[in-house]
Amino acid sequence: MANFYTDNPDLKLHLSHPLMEKIVALKERDYTDAEKFDYAPVDYADAMDNYDKVLDIVGEICGGVIAENAEDVDHQGPHVENSRVIYADGTQKNLDVCRKAGLMGMSMPRRYGGLNFPITPYIMAADIVSRADTGFENLWGLQDCAETLYEFGDEDQKQRFIPRVCEGETMSMDLTEPDAGSDLQSVMLKATQDADGTWRLNGVKRFITNGDSDIHLVLARSEEGSKDARGLSMFIYDKRDGGVNVRRIENKMGIKGSPTCELVYKNAKAELCGSRKMGLIKYVMALMNGARLGIAAQSVGVSEIAYREALQYAKERQQFGKAIIEFPAVYEMLAVMKAKLDASRCLLYETARYVDLYKAYEDISKERKLTPEERAEMKLYNKYANALTPLAKGMGSEYCNQNAYDCIQIHGGSGFMKDYACERIYRDARITSIYEGTTQLQVVAAIGNVTTGMYGNIIATYQDMLVTEELKPLKDEVEKMIEIYNKAVAAVNEINDPEYTSFQARRLVEMAADIIMSYLLITDASRYGSESMAKSAHVYVNMAKAEVAKHSEFIATFSPAQVEAYKA
Amino acid sequence: MSLNIIVLAKQVPDTRNVGKDAMKEDGTINRAALPAIFNPEDLNALEQALRLKDANPGSTVTLLTMGLPRASEIIREAIFRGADGGIVLTDRALGGADTLATSYSLAQAVKKFGNYDIILGGRQAIDGDTAQVGPQIAEKLGIPQVTYAEEILDLSNGTVTVKRRLESGVETVKAPLPCVVTVNGSAAECRPRNAKRLMRYKRAVSPSEKAKLSESEQAFVDAHPYLQLQEWSAAYVDADPEQIGLPGSPTKVKAIENVVFTAKESRRMDNNDEQIEELIKELIANHTIG
Repeated sequence: MANFYTDNPDLKLHLSHPLMEKIVALKERDYTDAEKFDYAPVDYADAMDNYDKVLDIVGEICGGVIAENAEDVDHQGPHVENSRVIYADGTQKNLDVCRKAGLMGMSMPRRYGGLNFPITPYIMAADIVSRADTGFENLWGLQDCAETLYEFGDEDQKQRFIPRVCEGETMSMDLTEPDAGSDLQSVMLKATQDADGTWRLNGVKRFITNGDSDIHLVLARSEEGSKDARGLSMFIYDKRDGGVNVRRIENKMGIKGSPTCELVYKNAKAELCGSRKMGLIKYVMALMNGARLGIAAQSVGVSEIAYREALQYAKERQQFGKAIIEFPAVYEMLAVMKAKLDASRCLLYETARYVDLYKAYEDISKERKLTPEERAEMKLYNKYANALTPLAKGMGSEYCNQNAYDCIQIHGGSGFMKDYACERIYRDARITSIYEGTTQLQVVAAIGNVTTGMYGNIIATYQDMLVTEELKPLKDEVEKMIEIYNKAVAAVNEINDPEYTSFQARRLVEMAADIIMSYLLITDASRYGSESMAKSAHVYVNMAKAEVAKHSEFIATFSPAQVEAYKA
Repeated sequence: MSLNIIVLAKQVPDTRNVGKDAMKEDGTINRAALPAIFNPEDLNALEQALRLKDANPGSTVTLLTMGLPRASEIIREAIFRGADGGIVLTDRALGGADTLATSYSLAQAVKKFGNYDIILGGRQAIDGDTAQVGPQIAEKLGIPQVTYAEEILDLSNGTVTVKRRLESGVETVKAPLPCVVTVNGSAAECRPRNAKRLMRYKRAVSPSEKAKLSESEQAFVDAHPYLQLQEWSAAYVDADPEQIGLPGSPTKVKAIENVVFTAKESRRMDNNDEQIEELIKELIANHTIG
C-alpha cells in the first residue's frame, strides 16, 4: 500500500532544512522534557527521527485508509439527525484511525498530552492528509484551534480542554454569521451574563466547518450596544454542556465529507477565553493566521494529488500511437503543474519555519524574560511569518485550483466524467481560495508588505544564499525581476492614492510572490541537491519572469484615470 | 478480569509484492529480494488481542515469534500498535523447521511462558500458506482450538465466544479457556502504530541487537527496562534437539517447479443442468476434481 510520506522524497528534504535545528532546540527547551516524559527526544537527531517516524505513520494511514475512503466519503457525505451531525462512515473511520495513531494535538505541549511537535512537521502532516482527502484535512486540521486555546486560555481552561483535544475530541471555530462573512466585525451572536456571572450565548452561526464538534471557539458580542470589533469576545463552548443545535448542513460543491453547519445557540453556557473585547482584535486574528497556514498546506496537498493523477493518466493514455505525455502541449502542462506545486511547497515550509520560530520565542517569553537579541528575533520572525502567510495561502490556493483545472484538462473527456478522481479534486480545490479569507483578502493582508518594503527585506535575505553553478543563471534572472518589481512598486507608491494601490495590489503582490518562490526553489534545489526541484526552478523562473513582465507592463502603461472604466 | 494473552506472529517475506528475482535458481525463496513484513493475518490476530485488552483492563499482550534475531522488528511493530512486550524464539538449531518442528518449538515456549489465558495467531502465514502451526500448537498443549475466527464476541467466565468465517457462512462457537484461536484475514484490520508509543519504544532491543549498540546506548537500555525485548533459545524452552529444526522436520522438499496454468482448450456449454452434470462427471472421471 502507498505511503504518502515515503513516496514523496521532497517532504523529507524540506524537513531537513538547516533552520530546523534552531526551531527544535527552542521548541524542546534544549531537550529538558526528556527527563519528564519517556517519549520526549534527548537531542536534535532524536527529535528529527521522531518527526520522520511519526510522519511515516501519517503517510501510511493516509495512503492506506484515508485516501481509500475518499471517494465513498464524497458520495455519502454527512447528514443531520436530531440536530446532530452524523459523519459519513469513511470519515468516522478516518477519525478513529487518527485517534488511535495519536495524531491529534500534535503541536500541544506534552504536559497537556500532546506530542510537542513544531508547526513545520505538523503542517507537513496536513499537506499529506490533504492529498489523501482534502475535506478530511479540515476535521483533522481543526486541532489547530487548540493552539489558540493554549495561547490565550487560562491555565484551568488549558488543563480541562487541551488533553481532550489530544485524546481526539474535535474542534471548530464558530466565527461566520449570515451577515458577517469576510466582515467579522459585524458578528451579532449575543453573549450575556447571568446574575452569577455565567456567560450565555444566543443567536445563529452559519458556514461553520465541523460545527457539531466537541469543543467550540466562538466569537460573540459581549458588549451590549457595541457595533464594531471592540465589542467582540471569544468564548469556549463545550458540547457536553448542550445548548447548541445543528439546524442544517450545507449541500456543497466540494469537500463534501466536511460538514458545514448552521448552528443555533439557545442560552448555551459558555466561558470567556482571554480578555473581554479582545475576541476579534487579537484572538481571532491569531486563530486566522494559523488557519491560513493550514489552508496553505491543504492547497499544497491538492496540488500534489492533482499533479500525480494527471501524470499517471498522461503516461497511460495512448493517442496517435504514443502516450500523451510525449506531446509538448501535455508535458509542458505537467511541468508547469509540478513547478507550481514545488514552488508553493517551498513557500509553505518557509512560512511554517518562521511561524515556528516566533511562536517558540513567544512561548518561552511566558516562562522567562527574553534577552534583547531574542526579542528582536521574535519580532523579526513574526513580521516574516505575517508577511509570508497570506502569500502562501493566496498563491498556494490559486495554484492548486489551476492544477486541478489542468488535471481535468489532461484527462480530456474522461476527466469530465465522474469516473476519475480528478473531478472530485477539482471540486475540493475550489474552496481553498475562498475560506479563511479569499485570495482578494490575502492581497489586502499582503499589500502593506509591498508598500513598506517588507517583501524587499525578505527577498534580500535570499540574495546571499549559495546556489549551484547550474542554477546561477536563474538567480541572475531573478535579480532582474527584482528591479522590475521595485520600479512597479515605486510607480504605484508615487500616485499615493489608497484606492489606486488597492487596484494594483494583486499584481504587485503576485510579483513579490513570484520572486520569493523563484528564490526559494533555486536555493532549496541547491541546498538539497534535488534534480527535480532544479527542474522545477527552471520551469518556474521562466513562468515567473513572464508574469512579472506582464504585471509590470500593465502598471507602467496604466493611467489612474482608467480605473473608472472598471467600475460598474 | 485481567488476561494474559499470547499472540503468535511470524516475520515473512512480502510475497504480495513479488518481483522477478523473488525465487533463486534452485527454487528456494530469495529472502534478500523481498522485504520482511509482519504476517498480515497475525496483525488481525493482534487486533483481536488488543480489543480483549481494551475490554479487560490490566491485561497483557505478549508477542511470541520464532525466527531470525531480526524478527524483533515485528515485536517492536506490535508494541507500537499496543502490545506490551514480546519474545523472539531464536536459535540456529531451530533453522529449517517445518510446521511440526515449528509448532513443537513454539509449544515449548508457551509452556515456558506459563500462565496464559488465550493464544491468538493468524490463520496462516503468507510464505508457507499451510495454516497448520496454530492447530498443531493447540494439540501439543492439549487445549481446544478455534480456527477461521473473524471476531471474538465475548470472553467471560472462562469461556470465549467466537464468530468463525467459513466458506458457506458464519458459525458462532464457544470454547473453554485456555485455548488457541486462529484469526482470519476478514477480521478487523489492526489498529495503526501510535505516535507516542512509537517514540517511547523505538529504542526497544533484543539482547543480540543491544550487543551491537554503543556503550552509552546500552546503558540507556539498561536504565529503561521497558526497552528490553526477550530472546529465548531452544535450550531455554527445554526443547528436545531431535524434535526441532531440520532433524525434527519430516517434511522433505523433493523439488520445486514453476507451474504456469494455461487454458489449452475451451468448450462452450448451454446453460442447463444436464450439460453441467455431464461436465462434473467427466471432471471426476479424469480426477480433476473429487
